Amino acid sequence: MSKPKLVMVGNGMAGVRTLEELLKISPDHYDITVFGAEPHPNYNRILLSPVLAGEMTVQDIILNDHSWYAEKGIKLHLGKTVTKIDRVKRRVIAADGTEEPYDRLLLATGSNPFMLPVPGNELPGVISYRDIKDTDEMIEAAKLYSHAVVIGGGLLGLEAANGLKQRGMDVTVVHGAGWLLERQLDETAGKMLQKSLEDRGLKFLILKQTEMLVAGESGRVAAIRFKDGMQIPADLVVMAVGVRPNTALAESAGIYCNRGIVVNDTLQTFDPKIYAVGECVTHRGIAYGLVAPLFEQGKVAANHLANFGIGRYTGSVTSTKLKVTGIDLFSAGDFTGNADTEEIVLNDAAGGVYKKLVIKDNKLVGGVLYGDTADGPWYFQLLRDGQDIHEIRDHLLFGQSHVGDVGHQGHSKAAAMADSAEVCGCNGVSKGAIVKAIKEQGLFTLDGIKKYTKASSSCGSCTGLCEQILSATIGGAYTPAASNKKPVCSCTDHSHQEVRDAIRQQHLIKIADIMRFMEWTTPDGCEKCRPALNYYLISTWPKEAKDDPRSRLINERAHANIQKDGTFSVVPRMWGGVTTAAELRRIADVAEKYQVPTIKVTGGQRIDLLGIKKDDLINVWKDLDMPSGHAYGKSIRTVKTCVGMEHCRFGTQLAMSMGIKLEKMLFDMYSPHKVKLAVSGCPRNCAEAGIKDVGVIGVESGYELYVGGNGGIKTEVAQFFVKVKSDEEVMEYAGAFLQLYREEGFYLERTCHYLERVGLDHAKNKVVEDDENRKALYARLLAELKDAKDPWAERIAGVEKQEYEALSV
Amino acid sequence: MADWKMICKIEDIPQLGSRVVKSAEGDIAVFRTSSDEVFALRDKCPHKAGPLSQGLVHGTQVTCPLHGWKLHLDTGEVVAPDVGCSRRYPTRVDGDTVFLEI
Repeated sequence: MSKPKLVMVGNGMAGVRTLEELLKISPDHYDITVFGAEPHPNYNRILLSPVLAGEMTVQDIILNDHSWYAEKGIKLHLGKTVTKIDRVKRRVIAADGTEEPYDRLLLATGSNPFMLPVPGNELPGVISYRDIKDTDEMIEAAKLYSHAVVIGGGLLGLEAANGLKQRGMDVTVVHGAGWLLERQLDETAGKMLQKSLEDRGLKFLILKQTEMLVAGESGRVAAIRFKDGMQIPADLVVMAVGVRPNTALAESAGIYCNRGIVVNDTLQTFDPKIYAVGECVTHRGIAYGLVAPLFEQGKVAANHLANFGIGRYTGSVTSTKLKVTGIDLFSAGDFTGNADTEEIVLNDAAGGVYKKLVIKDNKLVGGVLYGDTADGPWYFQLLRDGQDIHEIRDHLLFGQSHVGDVGHQGHSKAAAMADSAEVCGCNGVSKGAIVKAIKEQGLFTLDGIKKYTKASSSCGSCTGLCEQILSATIGGAYTPAASNKKPVCSCTDHSHQEVRDAIRQQHLIKIADIMRFMEWTTPDGCEKCRPALNYYLISTWPKEAKDDPRSRLINERAHANIQKDGTFSVVPRMWGGVTTAAELRRIADVAEKYQVPTIKVTGGQRIDLLGIKKDDLINVWKDLDMPSGHAYGKSIRTVKTCVGMEHCRFGTQLAMSMGIKLEKMLFDMYSPHKVKLAVSGCPRNCAEAGIKDVGVIGVESGYELYVGGNGGIKTEVAQFFVKVKSDEEVMEYAGAFLQLYREEGFYLERTCHYLERVGLDHAKNKVVEDDENRKALYARLLAELKDAKDPWAERIAGVEKQEYEALSV
Repeated sequence: MADWKMICKIEDIPQLGSRVVKSAEGDIAVFRTSSDEVFALRDKCPHKAGPLSQGLVHGTQVTCPLHGWKLHLDTGEVVAPDVGCSRRYPTRVDGDTVFLEI
């Protein structure tokens, strides 16, 4: 049986993205044919501005070259404009007579630039700014002529003006509204932008109405005249006053249009066999012109074209960034505000920095940043997440705290970094290399950057910088997913939260069941999702779900830490960092017997034996006769203690004893990520409790508990949680907090990130304010840990024997 | 001269798991997929020589335990955009017995 035929009209970014999504999820569903009116394969229209400015070439911005279409078996008609849809016989007809039948039709006809209806708008030298042809024409004009006029001070107009200026023309921007980018900026920011563009040599005529374009002797445009009588020379006029959805084809076929082609939430037009995506579309009354929403549309359309029927497009919040090198501005959401909103404003006119955040009901609804846009992606994330910001309101305007981030020389602003500066300290990736990859590979996502450059793929501390670079390079095309909607990995579109919910609601107890129920796209997941799913199962159904060793990464599977040479390290548990002469003697004996090359004291107050061969592990554990330190696990690691009142003349509480009690209670506790505790016997805090997941500080009248501290990639100071009186209360509150984190945290989310997501208030409500809930959480934790077993002892007894034995030939 | 050598029963390799075979040519990693196919590669990642036998198996790929590079088990090639490969050894399953050509 032959495959159904899918025909796409329009070969632009939105359409081709839809095909890519379709081919990803259902590669053999259709015979695909594509019509493109332009003679080029799909290219990155967003990067026309850098091409015009001479920073890139046309070749650089091709997204899918001819071979891509060939590889995917797509029949490509370039330079052919479809002029007719015959809906009865289900075929499309191009101007040159080419006919193609369809079973499904995808319209992605984009938009047309709007030409001001003034006399002379058809003269040679008067163009729009939309495609490669326009760009080429501008580049040619810049070689021959000197006076350029750009009509329209919007994003496109300013990028065109900047490019023409770079190419040596004398450029005047004519703008009808009161300030530049009036749809993206408020008046203050608009004026600041104008000033800095003027400093670069651009001229502006604000609130000017064009009357006509005047031809010169050659017949080419030579001047522009305004309604107030003023006239200036113009050898090139670029109209950038907006676009109109290109609906001519759809309308001629009787498909309902209202401004754009009207589609429902599945991107279907009024003819159910015809879908439409991109700038030609009106969805819920809105026609989008930025690429990010169009990609979201493409994803949904692809899903329905593949007959999967999942997902709805419900509209997008967009953000804007001007791609003019050296000018930093960002805006998102409702930045104007109204009577129901509040504003937080910073206006440093001399320093060239302006920030305005618009807040409604304790949520960020919009903002404008000028001069310093480093925090743009963060604000946009808060906005999309609809996160309650009242806890961080007093420092919200100063941006996300990057204090404590390491690995990139203290930089928190990508714009200020040189191309040679190292962004990713783990993998040695420079800013220039990332920018190059974004441009050459046509990347739109952080995942793309990770894949092609490795930046941000190890410790993740440079993720914010990478997002900034992405946003600066491709502008508003970069839209981070809402945090709670980020897919677990590329095997699925489902988020961590959706997976957790499904496991609970559907009572799923096997990884294969989750993958089947949630329609995983890979047969058995990958190294990212399998460990996450395994954790979610055993944390949701501790008594029913069985731990799957094959879904644990090597360290947790072998119960030791793999080292760069393939040997392992062994860290026996020393409760509260307290040991004995006998233990030390056994450690020394083991070190000699197995010729351990390195013995290291760890930061968690214990001893690490490095360089153990895998086949020696079990014997080493047997000889040590100490329990596992879980130094390898997403689990309880250590409880660090000071000597406390036991010995210290300043001590107010028995820190060692408290620490040991906590560590014994939490032994073998698995969690979304590693968990570290500390107990100090007085506020001098020698155990460094301020940077632990749970920090306990003894005071004369009891204990102070702090949560969410972190001493790793991002130094994060723990926040005060509660003050309690007794040791029992410390166990109960700390235990309940950790159980909450275990039940709600996303895999690989440390407590500091978990709290950043849900808010400290949430944790306090569940643990501190609600006595009953706290006791229930604590009871669940204890019930789960009641049967805790030492994994080393189990393996000495023969569990998972194969793991440690090699075969031979 | 390469020879077919018996190395183990199929159940000696866990599904979605692997075993190391010590040989005169060095360590060889033998993998078993969820559909019970068996593949063998030299136990060294082309990136930084990580022991592939300690990686996580998914589909017909393994992810190296050291830095997360992925290799195709059937060809030994690294998954794009990374480049490189690890030597592949032919395998055969007769009934429940696994053979390796070495």
